[in-house]
Amino acid sequence: MSVTMRALLKSPWVFHLSTGSCNNCDIEVLDCLTPRFDIERFGMRLAASIRHADVLLVTGSCNRKSMIRVKRIYEEQVPKPCVVVAIGECAMSRGMFIHSYNCPQPLDRIIPVNVYIPGCPPKPEAIIAGVVKLINKVKASI
Amino acid sequence: MPKSVITIGPYHPLQEEPELFQLTVEGETVVDIEVSVGYNHRGIEKLSERKTFDQSTFVIERICGICSTSHPFAYTQAVEDIIPVEVPERAKYIRTIIAEGERIHSHLLWFGLAGHFLGYNTVYMWMWRLREEILDVMEILSGNRNNYAMFKPGGVRRDIKPEDIPLAIKKIDSILPTVDRLKGAILDDPVLHARLKGIGTLTKEEAIAYCALGPTSRASGVARDVRKDAPYAAYDRVDWNMIVTANGDVWDKAVVRLLELYESIKIMKHCLLNLPGGEIDLKIKSIPPGEGIGAHEAPRGETFHYVRSDGTNRPARHKVRAPTFMNLPTLKATVPGSSIADAAIILAAIDPCYCCTERLAVRSADGKKLFGGDELLRLSREKTTRILKEAGKR
Amino acid sequence: MSMTREEVLNGMRTRFGDVILDFHDKSAKRVYVELKPGALVPVAGHLFRELGARFHIASGVDNRSQLEVLYHFSVEALNLLVTLRVKLDKRAPRVDSLVPTIKGAAWIEREIHELLGIDFTGHPDQRRLLLSEEWPEGVYPLRRDYQEWDAKAIRDRGV
Repeated sequence: MSVTMRALLKSPWVFHLSTGSCNNCDIEVLDCLTPRFDIERFGMRLAASIRHADVLLVTGSCNRKSMIRVKRIYEEQVPKPCVVVAIGECAMSRGMFIHSYNCPQPLDRIIPVNVYIPGCPPKPEAIIAGVVKLINKVKASI
Repeated sequence: MPKSVITIGPYHPLQEEPELFQLTVEGETVVDIEVSVGYNHRGIEKLSERKTFDQSTFVIERICGICSTSHPFAYTQAVEDIIPVEVPERAKYIRTIIAEGERIHSHLLWFGLAGHFLGYNTVYMWMWRLREEILDVMEILSGNRNNYAMFKPGGVRRDIKPEDIPLAIKKIDSILPTVDRLKGAILDDPVLHARLKGIGTLTKEEAIAYCALGPTSRASGVARDVRKDAPYAAYDRVDWNMIVTANGDVWDKAVVRLLELYESIKIMKHCLLNLPGGEIDLKIKSIPPGEGIGAHEAPRGETFHYVRSDGTNRPARHKVRAPTFMNLPTLKATVPGSSIADAAIILAAIDPCYCCTERLAVRSADGKKLFGGDELLRLSREKTTRILKEAGKR
Repeated sequence: MSMTREEVLNGMRTRFGDVILDFHDKSAKRVYVELKPGALVPVAGHLFRELGARFHIASGVDNRSQLEVLYHFSVEALNLLVTLRVKLDKRAPRVDSLVPTIKGAAWIEREIHELLGIDFTGHPDQRRLLLSEEWPEGVYPLRRDYQEWDAKAIRDRGV
């Protein structure tokens, strides 16, 4: 196992990105860091800058202004390998905003997505379960 | 003195929503601020026209996650205003309970974020842990931690079971000791006084000229609260106080939210304990042509919905106005003149909810980057540390 | 506020009678007044400055034949919400900006300008507020005749 992958599995640094959401998913993601759910005991912590991110937690229905920036951020600033997690219905498929004039494309047409966590919003337990599933999957594939 | 421009956002790890603030800075003082929004614009008003009146409630709920009840509350009242019709008593009480529960968890969330911006991470963790108790109460009463889906035009969707009420009251009471400690910690702490008093002052005249709303305007002495000025639901059946302070600085905004917490707890408990019997839903079959307006005092200010019906089962026009849309421009009056270290907390003081509204890097004039958005937070926390040290010396 | 509801409404009818096209007293809390577009600023000024009413928001509406803008004001002491309505010609929708009278109208008018295409004469800055750079000029999403212009938009879930 390479050093990078080992580091990613042992202590993934997550960066949270909102592409135009109602913030419920964002608050639930931040709730994961607070004492009741506390993902820091799994080694996960919020990266201060996207250049340090191993895992990109993306929420939101990808509206036009955000879409341009998300593409640029993913291609230029995020160090690879990076795992993209789409949290919530909006990030999965835009959910009820599928017909909105300002949300033309779903997230996975813009950047590759590895994990989908459904819910509106998904409870912190679901987010943690999703990330743990991801880590196990990555471990199994190495 | 050369001017530089600081950009905060659009993706700042601390702000949940993306938005862009550009501060123009001379030395240590901010001289101008430019706010760009639009990163959350999802075209909800147009979307509402494709949905039926009932379906639209679900879309409206997802305008904002933190104030998820505020928009359905105003929207359902707007639709009921078209007819016009009053919902049953029990529905009014249930609506009030859900709305006040949301206010409590929203204000606790704000205290956590304010603590984080100032460098008091313990406050951040404590307040968010405390919030979990209220979210448990909401889950007991409505089935979900957020996006309660309790509102519909004509009443509420689900009833509150009598056997759930004692547990809900017990959980609400359990947060009171910690809220008392927070009150003591905030009101008496000289470091917080030095850090927040006189910062980001919005005068009464400016609050009125910008049409500011919610705690942002009540902190400046403007005694306006939709629950008192145009009573609806059960707000005129409970004895509670509107909190107004006079100075309009960040300190006052914090005090208003803190005291509102106590009032919300009072209203919520009173409604839970005095829930009247009866129907919860008028079962409205059709909406006649006409116009209606509904407003609700959300945690951040007044949400305002205007709905026009043409007699079909879909809105012909649905205008949504969230409080932050009116409060964000007040930054033009409060931020210039302050120091960079204070910019972060002044921005947070209006409790911005950009998702409702639509729907910081210092760059010198020649484009070379000097500070980042996280640098501004670091400056904010360093100022607190400095003040702490000085207080220790005395 | 020492005036009664009747005094306020009769005052408006007397003083601005020649510019009021329709006065709909819908209920105790709701009054809808249609004005000639040129008279908006004086009446709004009367409500905001003289009566101390609060300005909520302006709603732009496309009612198929015309573009309407509704300005919602609350006289809080009387629990009375007065809505001023102006109807504008769709071919050249234009009305005076309220920004000189009410600072808070700036973003409100910017939003209506970019979503409905109404021009607010005298507005200091009618730049885009919400729509992105790639959004074409002259396409107003809230108009009834808005058509999808983006050929790359995906509108089904692919299921």
